[in-house]
Amino acid sequence: MNWLSWLSDFIGSPDRRSGPDSILNRIAEHLALSAEALFYASLLAIPLGLLIGYTGRGVTFVTATAGATRALPTLGLVTLAVLLAGVGDTAVLLPLVALAAPPLLVAAVEGVRDTDPDVRDAARGVGMTHRQVLLGVCLPSALPALLAGLRTATVQVIATATVAAYVGLGGLGRYVIDGLATRDYAVTVGGALLVVLLAVAAQLFFALLARYALPPGIRAQRRPD
Amino acid sequence: MDDEPLVRWYWIGDHLGYLGGLLADHAVIALVPVLIGLLLALPLGLACARFPRLYQPLAAVFNIVYALPSLAVFVVLIPYTGLATRATVMIPLTFYALAVLLPTTVDGLRAVPEPVRQAATAMGYGPWHRLAAVELPASVPYLVAGVRVAAVSSISLASVGALVGRGGLGYLFIDGFQRTFPTPIVAGIVLIAVLALATDVVLVTARRLLAPWAVREKAVTR
Amino acid sequence: MSHSSRAGAVRRALTAATLASLSLGAAACGSSGGDPLASPSTAGAAAPAPASGSTVVVGSANFPENVLLGSIYSQALKAKGVKVEEKFNIGSREVLYGQVQNGSLTVLPEYNGALLGYLDAKSTAASKEEVNAALAKTLPASLGILDSSPAEDKDSLTVSQETADKFGLKSVSDLAPQAANFVIGGPPEFKSRREAQFKDVYGLTFKEWKPTGETTANAIKDGTIQVGNVFTTDPKILQLKLVPLADPKNVFGAQNVTPLVNKAGVDATATAALNAVSAKLDTAGLTALMKRVAIDKEDPSVVAKDWLKSNGLG
Repeated sequence: MNWLSWLSDFIGSPDRRSGPDSILNRIAEHLALSAEALFYASLLAIPLGLLIGYTGRGVTFVTATAGATRALPTLGLVTLAVLLAGVGDTAVLLPLVALAAPPLLVAAVEGVRDTDPDVRDAARGVGMTHRQVLLGVCLPSALPALLAGLRTATVQVIATATVAAYVGLGGLGRYVIDGLATRDYAVTVGGALLVVLLAVAAQLFFALLARYALPPGIRAQRRPD
Repeated sequence: MDDEPLVRWYWIGDHLGYLGGLLADHAVIALVPVLIGLLLALPLGLACARFPRLYQPLAAVFNIVYALPSLAVFVVLIPYTGLATRATVMIPLTFYALAVLLPTTVDGLRAVPEPVRQAATAMGYGPWHRLAAVELPASVPYLVAGVRVAAVSSISLASVGALVGRGGLGYLFIDGFQRTFPTPIVAGIVLIAVLALATDVVLVTARRLLAPWAVREKAVTR
Repeated sequence: MSHSSRAGAVRRALTAATLASLSLGAAACGSSGGDPLASPSTAGAAAPAPASGSTVVVGSANFPENVLLGSIYSQALKAKGVKVEEKFNIGSREVLYGQVQNGSLTVLPEYNGALLGYLDAKSTAASKEEVNAALAKTLPASLGILDSSPAEDKDSLTVSQETADKFGLKSVSDLAPQAANFVIGGPPEFKSRREAQFKDVYGLTFKEWKPTGETTANAIKDGTIQVGNVFTTDPKILQLKLVPLADPKNVFGAQNVTPLVNKAGVDATATAALNAVSAKLDTAGLTALMKRVAIDKEDPSVVAKDWLKSNGLG
């Protein structure tokens, strides 16, 4: 097994420098698809999670179903969506949103519920409305949990977006699937490695974000894990 | 899709035995790796709890493992484990399960408050006795929470094995896709959800029996 | 809706894993020397070594027609008392060929022209006899092909039943007087690869070219085009009552369904059983079976069993 020569074959091929099969283009496709899925999932899950966490209604339901949605097989959802809606981004976005939404929802619920009750009471006591408490007190204190949820969702989406290539879409999965089809292992392994690098980069990005971008008061309040 | 219905019910009726066989195959491919993962996670977790310096690098490695696209790993394994064999799919699934279970095991073992640990020692418990009587029982809620996540993910991931010839219910997805035939795909999704739900019910029941004191589920970060 | 039953055998060499096959054309073939599937030694530990009298492992590539053919082979072997294991729907020629070579698979339904194209891209063999003779020379000693069936899955120029009746069309040569009035359509690569060949070999110059892609069969039916490049086992030929024209001068090379075998794994009984299948299988028959699999959604194994029974092989 000569992994290094595979990698140099993969990177050295002129197809990887320009054109539709270039590494830059495939990474861009992969990131665009993942970002789009995460955007829709956040739009859906975070407001809902904040509300559920604040009111305390439906928490049991959320924790019970969020786990179960992990069982939804992406390959099945993607193939079904393509048969029903035709080959296109929507067909792949749907399963990816279904994958990303549950961890975000749980993170939002847990984040709000973990807000110090004394702080919440104090905020109400000084005359803040529920809306102000939720957005001004609970949301900021839920930020670390939200970031952790977003990190989980991002890694899963990046790793899973690979499956999109099976139904003919772009992204780094093209390398994995095309390499498999043509028994060109250099391409498959190169593609897999790029997916991992992307996922690790995303984790680093979120770790840095949690470290430097959160307001100081919240950073200090982070629970040790 | 011209006028193909979402589900041809007669097809399901005609294929009950076939679907049952795939379900059983799927359960083995998906759940045995979780069991093996748990058996590996316990000693590894113990080692990490005892030697905290070990934990950081191990956790980093498993973070990367978790991000590996399963299809690529299956493909790379074929030369060693053979085409369309269970091992090709089960070995990577074991590592994915381990990646979830190691952190939860360590969290669980660390969850015993220091005074409790010292009290146990003071009562004359040796390290092994203390482990069996105090630390392991205390970590059950964490372990079960981890196993639930690992099992459900494994059930979902196993279907990708169909692309390398051994994915249990996942075969229904590629068969349906190739023939523009949604019925098997729908059947596969539903059966996978049912398998996941059944597994989850078993695990929750197990936690109630093993750790009746644990009320609130411990959140798993993955 | 695109699905693989329409993909031709030649194109399959490139497109098998992604059935929608949208952007695969660019994928580079020809892997480097360090390919593990090519070296039998690395797989030897996991793969059961083939031996006479032991189980015959029948494989199939990942598209429905090949699964159907695999099922026909497997059940024909079982009917003759051969022990069989099935490994169906598992990848493309690139993956499977190596598995036959190292003995993990014993029998694989192949298409002779596409297989030769994979092994020797420069080969110019076109007729069934030329292709099989070239294959016999090119294949390594451990591998062999059994009898080719008359059934072919390949490109064809196809017209509607009405057009065929009206102008008395049976073969591509019959098109000559009408070509100037006909619009021709097909997958985009037809223009670059084939149009000139039809002009040189048959003297055909068509009125207009339309890239109709996956909708070619429907375009013939509704009259958008009069002639289209359709695969010979496409079930739409039956569904829409189309007539594939014969290609006596082999512009589209032979693509006969042919068993590729690991010689060490097949004995005389197995060889006879597979040759009996090849003797009975023709293109029209295979297309009819494919209609049942791809359009009526019947199980390949059931369709295979019916066919074997009605041909006295099951």
